[in-house]
Amino acid sequence: MNSSDGTPGSQPQPKLKMFPPPVRKKLRLTNVRIVSQIFFFGAFLVLCWLTWTTRLAGYPVSRILEMDPLVMISTMLSTGYVYRYLGWGLLVLGLTLLAGRVFCNWICPYGTLHQFVGWIFNIHKTKDNFERNRYRDMYFFKYAVLTVMLIMAAMGALQIGLLDPICLMYRTVATVVAPMFDMSIDAMPGIDPLWIDELKFAPGVPSRIFVGSFWIGLFMLVLLGANVFIPRFFCRVLCPLGALLGAVSRFSLVRINRDVHKCTDCNMCLHRCEGAADPQAQVRVSECFSCMNCIDDCPEDALSFTMVGLDRKQVKLLPDVSKRRMFFASIVGALGYPFLKIHGTNTDANFSPDLIRPPGSVAEPEFLEKCIKCDQCINSCPTNVLQPATWAEGGLEGLWTPVMNFNIAHCQLKCTLCSEVCPTGAIRKITVDEKMGKGEYQEQGPIVLGTAFFDKGRCLPHAMDIPCVVCEEVCPVSPKAIQTHDEEVKNVFNEVVVLNKPFMVPDLCIGCGICQAECPVRDDRAVYVTAVGESRSSERSLLLKSRAKEG
Amino acid sequence: MSEHDTPKKPPRPVDPVDASRPEKPIQNPDYQKQPMERRVFLGRLGAAAGILGTAGYLSLAPEQWPLSMKDRTGLLSKPSVKPIRLNDFRVPKPVNQNADVGIGRGGTPDQMLRKALDAVGGLKHYIQPGDIVLVKPNVAFDRSPALGATSQPALIEALIKLILVDCRAQEVRVCDNPIESPPDCFMKTGLRKATEKAGGRVYLPDPNAFRQLNTPGATLIEEWAFFHRPFTNVDKVIGVAPVKDHNLCHASMGVKNWYGLLGGRRNQFHQDIHEIVSDLSIMIRPTLTILDGTKVLMENGPTGGDPSNVVTRDVVMASLDPVAQDAWAFQNLLDRDPDQLPEYLHKCEEKGGGQVDFEGRLKEIT
Repeated sequence: MNSSDGTPGSQPQPKLKMFPPPVRKKLRLTNVRIVSQIFFFGAFLVLCWLTWTTRLAGYPVSRILEMDPLVMISTMLSTGYVYRYLGWGLLVLGLTLLAGRVFCNWICPYGTLHQFVGWIFNIHKTKDNFERNRYRDMYFFKYAVLTVMLIMAAMGALQIGLLDPICLMYRTVATVVAPMFDMSIDAMPGIDPLWIDELKFAPGVPSRIFVGSFWIGLFMLVLLGANVFIPRFFCRVLCPLGALLGAVSRFSLVRINRDVHKCTDCNMCLHRCEGAADPQAQVRVSECFSCMNCIDDCPEDALSFTMVGLDRKQVKLLPDVSKRRMFFASIVGALGYPFLKIHGTNTDANFSPDLIRPPGSVAEPEFLEKCIKCDQCINSCPTNVLQPATWAEGGLEGLWTPVMNFNIAHCQLKCTLCSEVCPTGAIRKITVDEKMGKGEYQEQGPIVLGTAFFDKGRCLPHAMDIPCVVCEEVCPVSPKAIQTHDEEVKNVFNEVVVLNKPFMVPDLCIGCGICQAECPVRDDRAVYVTAVGESRSSERSLLLKSRAKEG
Repeated sequence: MSEHDTPKKPPRPVDPVDASRPEKPIQNPDYQKQPMERRVFLGRLGAAAGILGTAGYLSLAPEQWPLSMKDRTGLLSKPSVKPIRLNDFRVPKPVNQNADVGIGRGGTPDQMLRKALDAVGGLKHYIQPGDIVLVKPNVAFDRSPALGATSQPALIEALIKLILVDCRAQEVRVCDNPIESPPDCFMKTGLRKATEKAGGRVYLPDPNAFRQLNTPGATLIEEWAFFHRPFTNVDKVIGVAPVKDHNLCHASMGVKNWYGLLGGRRNQFHQDIHEIVSDLSIMIRPTLTILDGTKVLMENGPTGGDPSNVVTRDVVMASLDPVAQDAWAFQNLLDRDPDQLPEYLHKCEEKGGGQVDFEGRLKEIT
């Protein structure tokens, strides 16, 4: 550039050969893959966004959960059947049988997120990336996770939702990302257009809150952060769904093949290998995400995604797990079941009074066999009453399963959305008639979530001679489960006041919790609902027989 | 790299100030002394002194001095929200007309509504072309309209069509802050569908939609969170209320309907329900109040829940005086003893919200 410094004889330097060499084709498999990833990631968010009372109009909002074959297999092991649409899992399973783990890098929104985060924060040099993308011994761990989870599921403790990528991501979006997005829109000062409210995940209601969502968010954050140290840490080390697909992909028809005659052992294929599948040596079919990056990066065009090359020496079909490790994992799984159960915070004899399940839930032992903690029900709840259970309510086993917190809101009488969207039948699909005990369900009566009780020491009319009875006003059943007897009393200031003193009729109470939600004694409510009396389980019922039905 | 390979650095540009001085050998050839100009120095000194002096004055000057920000009592930091006031939306009734309360009987909800409105002078008298009109139905619960706990969608639809088509209003807004989930309530009561079909627009109580409202003369809600967003630039306000039994205050009708615009901790108001309802009558001065007597919730109110609680009548009322209207409806629609008239209606009259005595102020069209 500097021509004035008096060196007229200097020749333009030949350009250094770029390393890695640039790939110039536009319609590459990797680009098609990125389009697919964006599509499925967007579809995932759109489905979460659609899961709202005014937007649900028959869309299959839980389909991406139902397509998860691990959900299908693990609930099949724990319950013995495949619920409603869970057969969709065969689609992904079939895809894997055809083309290997394409799900992991073409469809899985959680994988996309990890790849994106890893790509953004990858500050390493090309040479270091070679080393970071070599197979490591620890990557066997996901197969151990899968074994432990499946054995526990078969024994009756379904914990798959903790680490299943789709459940994990749904839970995080529903209880952390969506409310954060909404709240930041609500907090914008001075911006008042109506359309911006329509962008929110939950428009038209006060900002939603989720108790304990911090831990769910932190869990996600830690897993995403791990990408900085090990690329695709979650996918390579922890993901049980990836392990399942990896084990299945040995039967796949097409896979990455390396033409050893063309290969110059330059290791460029390791540069962006997502799955750490050793494309430079024996390709590990069970680890390969079919991301196609190695095909792009290969300067000799030695790699291809084809059916040919069935030379056993060129590929490793089976996951690299020793029998000893699998045996140990099986032992852990078999011990994990009693270990969870003896924690004993969620048995029929000892359960939290706050463990109030959404309407349509099956009895607690079956519930725990079915709930995958995806929190799709929580996402669909129009009142924010559904919360991810903390340790206190659900115990070890029921962590992040849905419970109702009536301090926050109440269960809306004519709403059955949580039962509509539940992919596994932990919340059985019910109709409004069934929930309210009308029509053909007259005999059976309404679904009871719990029973309301009065704390007469805190109730304004009872304890302090102050009129109130918000609880009676909002009680939605007819006749009302909270009734009043009117009393004229002279209070301490010698004024005559008419008190409508409320009392409970437990036979009529459906435990919807609106009395607790609206009680003006804000901290420790004077009327509160506890789980006892719920109709889903005879073990947790309260009354021998309902006096109301007979009358 | 060894030292010899380093190319020599080009000489630094010579500062004009330095150029005038004799060059002295200095130890480090990279070091160049660059003294500050006097002018720059003085400028910076002045700026620093100015900022420090201003800050010192603002914070230390006695409170009565101009611009002083001294805050000895700490009261300056007291948060203050400037409350808003609502306009008076009333329109004087037409000349040659005495009735304050119009009653329409017989026919479809649309016909009953037209009759009731004609009895008070016709809707065209009250709404000018180009107005923005707010309609406040009662959407408090997620019940189907047949249960009588909420406003009837047929009536709302007819009213919005009247406002938009006959009166050529610019816009109709429909809003309420229900007890249950707002989007759900609007959907299940059929009011969203009715509103959108007729060309109106539903406003939901998003957290941004509330502002502090100042109501002079009100005892409990002199300053209170109010669902203000739909009221922005509104010209006329029409309340549409169902007639419902209410255990605590005996009846929930036209005046009590405005409760649905309050935000905040409104569940405390049940401790003095008559006071709050009478406050509501002066909080907002609607253009018209329409009472929907087609489905009257006779018992188990205000939630209802069973069709047997509902009595079907063929009355729609429209009035300029919601208190007189409520008093009439209490006797004639809820079939209650006039001696047991809710206390809040008398309190409304005391505060100036209307008159309980409806004798001679009625006009009935059948």
